[in-house]
Amino acid sequence: MRSFKDNVLRGLLWLAALLTIAILVTIVGYIFYKGIGLISFDFIFGDYSPTGGGGIWPMIVTTIYTIVISLVIATPIGILAAVYLQEYAKQGRLVRMIRFATESLTGIPSIIYGLFGAVFFVTTLKLGMSIIAASLTLTIIILPVIIRTTEESLKTVPRSYREGSLALGNTKLQTLYKVILPSAMPGILAGIILSIGRIVGESAAIFLTAGTVAALPESIFSSARTLTVHSYLVTQEAGDIELAAAIGIVLIVIILILNLLATLLSKILNKADY
Amino acid sequence: MVMTTLLSKHNKKVKEDLQQMTESNGKTKISVRDLNLFYGEKQALYSLSLDIQEKEVTALIGPSGCGKSTFLRTLNRMNDLIDGVNITGDITIDNENIYQSTDVIKLRTKVGMVFQKANLFPMSIYDNVAYGPRGQGIKSKKELDKIVEESLRGAAIWDEVKDRLKTSALGLSGGQQQRICIARAIAMKPEIILMDEPTSALDPISTLKVEELIADMKKDYTIVIVTHNMQQAARVSDKTAFFLNGEVVEFDTTDKIFSVPKDQRTEDYITGRFG
Ligand SMILES: Nc1ncnc2c1ncn2[C@@H]1O[C@H](COP(=O)(O)OP(=O)(O)OP(=O)(O)O)[C@@H](O)[C@H]1O
Ligand SMILES: [Mg+2]
Repeated sequence: MRSFKDNVLRGLLWLAALLTIAILVTIVGYIFYKGIGLISFDFIFGDYSPTGGGGIWPMIVTTIYTIVISLVIATPIGILAAVYLQEYAKQGRLVRMIRFATESLTGIPSIIYGLFGAVFFVTTLKLGMSIIAASLTLTIIILPVIIRTTEESLKTVPRSYREGSLALGNTKLQTLYKVILPSAMPGILAGIILSIGRIVGESAAIFLTAGTVAALPESIFSSARTLTVHSYLVTQEAGDIELAAAIGIVLIVIILILNLLATLLSKILNKADY
Repeated sequence: MVMTTLLSKHNKKVKEDLQQMTESNGKTKISVRDLNLFYGEKQALYSLSLDIQEKEVTALIGPSGCGKSTFLRTLNRMNDLIDGVNITGDITIDNENIYQSTDVIKLRTKVGMVFQKANLFPMSIYDNVAYGPRGQGIKSKKELDKIVEESLRGAAIWDEVKDRLKTSALGLSGGQQQRICIARAIAMKPEIILMDEPTSALDPISTLKVEELIADMKKDYTIVIVTHNMQQAARVSDKTAFFLNGEVVEFDTTDKIFSVPKDQRTEDYITGRFG
């Protein structure tokens, strides 16, 4: 009887796993099937041409700009905030409220952030529709993600590490950067990878803050178009599914490369310990 | 069979070491007066007073939850880390009140600690042992090399690990890890070493090695050790304090505690008639 139940459960789990993989393979397979025909050197590195047939290089550059800028701003702030909340702040009502707020912020639809960015960064701060306005908006979107994941990974650092370090006459700060942050690093990197996904997947908030100019941005104060926004627009306006799928392929590859880089970075950082 | 011969050999060595050291100079190293400790509302230690002699091994015994670890952690102020801990009374080390001299860092370099479970960092053996000295600002590789070797020798584990200093410390056996923990504490050149059930997670052979090490370390350090193992207390310590419900019931030479205890409760405990 017992083993029968076991088998049923195992079968269900197996089925669920299979289903997940099947969905993933289908989506990726479909996109590759539809889009791979368009992929070429000129498509990736060529300039955009509004009459069709051009490349997507401006959008790739814009996408990378937004990822790098928002990560560069959000990562240090997010890690510092998490360290403060987890390691330094007195665990009272204020901290609970801040936690509740960050948790709620992760659940807000990004269009709301987009509207806020359009009003605050674009208009009030007079940044105009620009890469920097979009990146700042994205910073606000990913900040709660980084704070949450960093806090969670700080929590998993064994108490015995802290005690061991402090008992060896190290200060709290030394303990933090010599023992706690290195062992929390995998979790922090997971948060950064998650954030990259969030940035690349974002369309509405970027659309409202960076605009849709399909040209190579002159600076971060230029209005520009990311890959996701481009993909949305070509599907929406021209109904060009193949082009959208080709962009999808490029997006998947960019995310893969960035994730590999992040993993590599964590390996190097861990090696540095020895 | 092997075990018993090992044990008796070990007992003999420990006894000899003890005899060598009987002429302990009788200087008070740690003096505790009327120490009370509260975890929030809950009192865990009740007006403890005892003197711990320099270069002796003092064992703390008693049933679970009676406050041994709590007391031990007051000696290097590890309880400071816990929210809501309140302490009254005085602890002086070398005539200096450790709760008034605010330099906790200095205190912890002087009073090292070995925990119940080996808590090495996920780093190499070398980096673990060099961790404390580096925290003190020692950077010279030559100096660190010397400290690491001396400490590992001091913890009687140099020969076992000298060829793999740069490999992860977490790959060692539990007993080896615990001795690295002792080396790590020694590397700080402390005067006092606190040990909280250092062998409770170890197999009998590793336990013997650590016990021999403790007997050997006594000539250089003042050692306070918590243990649940009566034989261990009898084997390694000069003085024994019996704790019960946050109080010290009896504190005397280990010989007296184990042969002619004054208090009925002590006798019940050491003879195992106690819950
Ligand atoms: N962080 C804490 N917060 C509140 N109470 C605590 C805390 N640590 C210990 N206590 C309580 O203080 C008392 C003494 O605990 P302590 O750990 O010192 O006992 P112990 O003698 O070391 O026990 P064991 O032999 O099981 O290690 C216990 O009643 C315990 O529940
Ligand atoms: Mg204990």
